[in-house]
Amino acid sequence: MSNAALRAPARDPAWLGRVFWLSAAAVLLWPLFVATEFQPWLLFAPQNTRVTGQFLATFLPPEVSAEFLGMVAREAWRTVAIATAGMTLALVVAIPLTLLSTRVLSVSALSGRMARGPFWLRQALRWTLIVLRSVPELVWALVFVRVVGLGPTAGVLAIALTYGGMLGKVYGEILESGETHATETLLRNGGSRLQAFFYGLLPTNAAELTSYTVYRWECAIRSSVVLGFVGAGGLGQQMDNSMKMFKGGEVLSMLVVFVLLVALADRVSAGLRRSLG
Amino acid sequence: MKLRLEQAAARHPAAAVNAAPALQPLDLDVAAGEQLAVIGPSGAGKTTLLHVLACALPPAAGRLQLDGIDPWSLPRPQLQALRGQLFLAPQVPPLPPRQRVVTSVLAGRLPSMGLARSLRSLFYPHDIPAAHAALESFDLAEKLFERVDRLSGGERQRVGLARALLSPARLWLVDEPLSALDPTRSRQALATLVRVARERGVTLIGTLHQVEMALAHFPRIIGLREGRLVFDLPAAQVTRDRLQRLYAQHEHELQGTVPTPPAVAEPPAPQPVVMHCR
Amino acid sequence: MEAQVKLEPAANPPYRLPPRLFDARCKACWFAAAVLVLVVASFWSLDLQWAQFLSLDAARAMGRFVAEFFPPDTSPAFLRQVAIGTWETLAMSALGTLLAAAAGLLLALPASRLHDGHAALARSPTRLLLNALRAIPELVWAALLLIAAGLGPFAGTLALALHTTGVLGRLFAEAIENAPPGPGAALRAQGVGNVRVFLYATLPQVLPQLVSYTLYRWENNIRAAAVLGVVGAGGLGQLLTFHMGLFHMNKTATVLGAMLLLVAIVDALSYGARRWLTR
Repeated sequence: MSNAALRAPARDPAWLGRVFWLSAAAVLLWPLFVATEFQPWLLFAPQNTRVTGQFLATFLPPEVSAEFLGMVAREAWRTVAIATAGMTLALVVAIPLTLLSTRVLSVSALSGRMARGPFWLRQALRWTLIVLRSVPELVWALVFVRVVGLGPTAGVLAIALTYGGMLGKVYGEILESGETHATETLLRNGGSRLQAFFYGLLPTNAAELTSYTVYRWECAIRSSVVLGFVGAGGLGQQMDNSMKMFKGGEVLSMLVVFVLLVALADRVSAGLRRSLG
Repeated sequence: MKLRLEQAAARHPAAAVNAAPALQPLDLDVAAGEQLAVIGPSGAGKTTLLHVLACALPPAAGRLQLDGIDPWSLPRPQLQALRGQLFLAPQVPPLPPRQRVVTSVLAGRLPSMGLARSLRSLFYPHDIPAAHAALESFDLAEKLFERVDRLSGGERQRVGLARALLSPARLWLVDEPLSALDPTRSRQALATLVRVARERGVTLIGTLHQVEMALAHFPRIIGLREGRLVFDLPAAQVTRDRLQRLYAQHEHELQGTVPTPPAVAEPPAPQPVVMHCR
Repeated sequence: MEAQVKLEPAANPPYRLPPRLFDARCKACWFAAAVLVLVVASFWSLDLQWAQFLSLDAARAMGRFVAEFFPPDTSPAFLRQVAIGTWETLAMSALGTLLAAAAGLLLALPASRLHDGHAALARSPTRLLLNALRAIPELVWAALLLIAAGLGPFAGTLALALHTTGVLGRLFAEAIENAPPGPGAALRAQGVGNVRVFLYATLPQVLPQLVSYTLYRWENNIRAAAVLGVVGAGGLGQLLTFHMGLFHMNKTATVLGAMLLLVAIVDALSYGARRWLTR
């Protein structure tokens, strides 16, 4: 036993490596703190604590007057309406783009490789979808606010474009990863692409497509609140106004309503998705 | 540690209420430092017996006494301290796949390490020579700094046994310690366990499928069948006849085909879930 | 003697095929009807300026508007500003995600049931806290924190960290609850306490998953960080609103380009890192 102890390694070979990587991480971390002006002690600087304290003091009691709650209810409905209208238009954008860009409905691919023309058309449409969903919806909203002015139109259009891109991509993935045998057979037997879609692709994937659309609608509600901060109307715009006027009570009420709204939409969406199977 | 079971019965934690208990009421008396093997066909309740002795499963009936104390009557902190005195080695080696062998083996000593020392040991193993010596007894010294998932099944099982050598326990309960080992290694591993247990005065109870090994290394043999104690004899008195009756309808197990332990399920590759809204 | 059998009318008598368009018993019909009502009500209650958007005048105005974006401003002085803004945005997203991962891990422990039989009294309150952090979007957090932390990227970093803590905390808690129980059970049988069981048995098993979630969340946070500046939280977003407000459309185009490039780079880095981890 004693010569075993003599032969035991004196140190942990992984130690030096760990020290090196930890030091490297610390070195990389430092510029991040500098670039973000990360100075947590500022939160406790006297003038800041005074302002924060005053703002926090206005949070309680939350504003619950009937007239205010009525306004909040109206704005909450507007938020849902913006989300729904935006999703509807997003479907108008996404469905044609998906149909045009999916490989499953390619007639030329039935006999081997897809022809060059259709292939590049499909690639171009996919790139369009990628561009549509890469630009953050807030940026779209900013641009549209310049063009059509403040109000819900900008929000609806921003959601339509961004969510159109997201829906298009996921629809494409759902269609291509599902059962394509029925659709292919219909195309082989001379059916048109739309016929193949309605009689083959759609029935097979309807549950999953609807389920994802409902889930995205719930996300759209959250987005439309965020878009309100740049002038697209709804709950977000009211929250922005109240914050700028330092009316914490109103902000708290609206935050609570927002969280409840999102929780409600979450329940509805989960229930719908469950019953859709 | 001496232990005593008085008409102790136990049921599987997940069993239905009306199902027959996994372990029928049995009596057992083990002196401190004694070594015994539990044999029997599969489904006999060997693992359940070990879990009852390890205070991992409360007996459904009867009593368990460790060193004269009923552990289940103790308040929680003292029960935890008592648990530190015993060591249970499950059949599937309980080693996190991406952990290094040295940390896994040293984890056997956690009951006697304070929190600060345990934390420090995560970053730098606090007793490399001890870990090395323990692995050396199982012929695994060169794997000291390897990752557990780079070891074979048999090597992992031996690492699980090496943990016992580092624990402060006075009672070792090993469940099927040889299931993944070839005959040579089985003999070495069992010989090491038995020798170290005798040197330290540790009570050793092992369940084994390899009946020849059990008879060769353990002075006392207990036979279980369908949850009942069939015999409790010194190894010399266990005749061929008794074994045949114990393993009736399970002869293939007597011949040496061991049911393979369930494979250690590797965690699936991490998939980012469809997260909320992006 | 024959028993008297009362014949019930069929639910869908043969002479009424095909089934009615709207059947009160069919759930999908109600769903479709509800959706239709919701959509119509939405369009009707919002007063959308279709004329303003779809008329020929509007199209020409849009065309002129889009034309102002080109050519994007690529003067070295401005590109340097954009580079600084990009670095600020990257730092915001990285630091915010890292802080959230640390805080999320700390909160995930009380928020998870560590083993069967663990009372986990703090589970519900902690999950409630995590849900509250998660429910409020980053932009709203940023708007709130600007008051406490002032304008600039600090507020943005904190906002990202708070929101992401809620997201990661819940994901981490689920990963911890779903970890294989074997190694933990063996240590618990030896009487080791919950904290050390977590460090020695659970954490080594779930760490790759946790890192993967964090990297995936970084992809989302870079997009969020890019736009947080719109409310004044620094980075590219602040540059964007500034120049858009002054109608410097070619500068705006450069900033937009930088945003897209940054998002693409971080997506690629995150994907590559996740692939490398699971090699």
